[in-house]
Amino acid sequence: MTPEALEGATARGDVIHHVLSVLVENKSGVLSRVAGLFSRRGFNIYSLAVAPTDESRRFSRITIVVDAASAPLDQVVGQLDKLVNVLSISHVNESSVVERELLLASVAATTKRQSDVVALCSAFGAQVVDVGTGELTVMLAGPPDTVDGFEKLLSQFEVTQLHRTGLVALPKLRRAAGAATETGDAGGKDN
Amino acid sequence: MELTGAQALVKSLEMVGTEVMFGLPGGAILPVYDPIVDSSIRHILVRHEQGAGHMAEGYALATGRPGVAIVTSGPGATNVVTPLANANMDSTPLVVISGQVPSGSIGTDAFQECDITGVTAGITKHNWLVTDAQELPRIVAAAFHVATTGRPGPVLIDVPKNVAQSLMTWYWPEPGDYDLPGYDPARTLDTADVAAAADLIAAANRPVLYVGGGVLKARAAGALRELAAATGAPVVTTLMARGAFPDSHPQHLGMPGMHGTYAAVTAIQHADVLVALGARFDDRVTGRIDGFAPRAKVIHVDIDPAEHGKVRTPEVSLVGDCRDAITQILGALSSRRVQGLEDWWSTLHDWQARYPLVYDAWEPGHPLRPEMVVEALRDHSPPGTIVASGVGQHQMWASQYWRFEEPRTWINSGGLGTMGFAIPAAIGAKVGCPDRTVWAIDGDGCFQMTAQELVTARIDRVPIKVAILNNSYLGMVRQWQEMFYDERYSEVHLSHEIPNFALWAEAMGCVGIRVDSPDDVVPAIEKANSIDDRPVVIDFRTDQSEKVFPMVPSGCTNDEIVVHPSLGVAHP
Repeated sequence: MTPEALEGATARGDVIHHVLSVLVENKSGVLSRVAGLFSRRGFNIYSLAVAPTDESRRFSRITIVVDAASAPLDQVVGQLDKLVNVLSISHVNESSVVERELLLASVAATTKRQSDVVALCSAFGAQVVDVGTGELTVMLAGPPDTVDGFEKLLSQFEVTQLHRTGLVALPKLRRAAGAATETGDAGGKDN
Repeated sequence: MELTGAQALVKSLEMVGTEVMFGLPGGAILPVYDPIVDSSIRHILVRHEQGAGHMAEGYALATGRPGVAIVTSGPGATNVVTPLANANMDSTPLVVISGQVPSGSIGTDAFQECDITGVTAGITKHNWLVTDAQELPRIVAAAFHVATTGRPGPVLIDVPKNVAQSLMTWYWPEPGDYDLPGYDPARTLDTADVAAAADLIAAANRPVLYVGGGVLKARAAGALRELAAATGAPVVTTLMARGAFPDSHPQHLGMPGMHGTYAAVTAIQHADVLVALGARFDDRVTGRIDGFAPRAKVIHVDIDPAEHGKVRTPEVSLVGDCRDAITQILGALSSRRVQGLEDWWSTLHDWQARYPLVYDAWEPGHPLRPEMVVEALRDHSPPGTIVASGVGQHQMWASQYWRFEEPRTWINSGGLGTMGFAIPAAIGAKVGCPDRTVWAIDGDGCFQMTAQELVTARIDRVPIKVAILNNSYLGMVRQWQEMFYDERYSEVHLSHEIPNFALWAEAMGCVGIRVDSPDDVVPAIEKANSIDDRPVVIDFRTDQSEKVFPMVPSGCTNDEIVVHPSLGVAHP
């Protein structure tokens, strides 16, 4: 991890966030070691997503979004790298990464209002994934800004439950110049 | 071959070359203590687990080999937390084996249960909770590998009782087969960085070699002497590096920092190139950081990447082993013309002459001067004597007034500042180096924290010698209250009468001596040096008002160093 790689900080709302993608051994206690490094230095973890990355389930990837108003994140990254269970860390910023987040929300709505909810969903490419009596559960996967916008507009309805997964991210793939048609446009405009 | 987990653990400790371990048994570790009866490994039975940890540290610091401590679950394990934190701060290779309640009981608040891997996660280099006896040989091999490679440090292996009791099929892992995909301490130095460092050093007019404990860990004392010869530069050795460069060497300015020599502290402040070798810019060295070495370009050599830029951003960063780095810098310097340093040395010699280490002479009717006791100990001890200390004034006087001539002769608690370190650490050092004289220079406050380990020393035939600089006070705290709290002494007076240290020593099977008069200092030391069948404790009654100088007051820059009052106000 070079210091230059740490320069990219991402503004989400009015708070500066850093996104770290950390590859770790999938062993008990690893998450608490990683999280402990942040808490010991007074950093608040804004969101955290973790799951195995390979079939053998030997490794997991942790995507951590940290509130970081100041520079000492370099120090945390340096210390994180020293954890024996940590294989690699990359500090990602919006321009070099594909970021996605999943939102699930249950919305109470009369039959008449339900069509407004569905209209909002279709505008964002969100889906209705569950339907109950006077209630819908909708799902949106997208870049954090899009999810933020969807959540804001959804609040005009009576949201009874809402859950966001936190960010997951991967580095953007390289493309040879002029080869866009060959590689395809896999992720849409937000890539 | 089928073994129990306990047998496999002890056999693994033998396989990695363990010659001694320090410990105290209890319920959860009982299965592991059974095969110890048949093992070649010497076991030293301590009186408190903190003693076991510090003994293992003292052993490691004196020998360079990892120290091993073994404790039971719960309170046994929590009692070794301080040594783990201490070893973590001072990068000492330490392996602690702790018992744990049976796997099925973990999380039930079982008797003597404590989540010790959770407790120690932040103060160990790594730790393991063993879930399968079959894993034990690999984990033990990995633990010693992690503790001793890269930047050394403490590790802990937590072994549930049922794991120790269950059967496994014995094997010994191939070197490198440690199942540590995230751990690779190997570092390769960038030749361009080495060249940049050599350019800076060769062109420097006022260079200083700022030597830290990493030089000792890297066994780089020999290479350092060559670097000193090739550059002609002055050398300062931090509290953790005393002994890495001979105090008798004319290029040695002594210790930098809060209680460093005037020349060492001021040389750094005026340096144009500061070569930090295995040092970490600790606050006790730098003083107020924004005023530290303000004119210096910094070359930082350290094997831990996280140390680079942590406190001071270096101009040249060499991430790697100190000995490799120094050797490569020497190679690069051989083709460069190194600047003459006559002007620099005339300035340095002037500072040394004007502001030496001094103390007021003893006056009749007064208690002993602690500095004269340290000088007498130094002058009447055989070459190669190992000195261990606790933390406080006595530690600073020992560091200032002893003359360290070789590596691994100074055993102290630097980073954590653990009072009570001296006695157990001295015992560990003596166990590791039985042919050396080992003196613990201790304070009366520190002594009362861990003195019971002198029973261990007597019973296990570890004849250390202890000099208590007894001023009846928590002396360093008293000094701060005198200087910075208007002489309002709050809870620093211990007692002038109690305990009777000589009687206490005798009660523990040691020889106890009390010295009040200067005439008795040397005879008592010579008597102590002549006894080698049991520990000796000398209670030197010293002056409570004596303060450690020089001193950089807390929150000040090193330019504001205060020298001994008899030398007036210092001006470079």
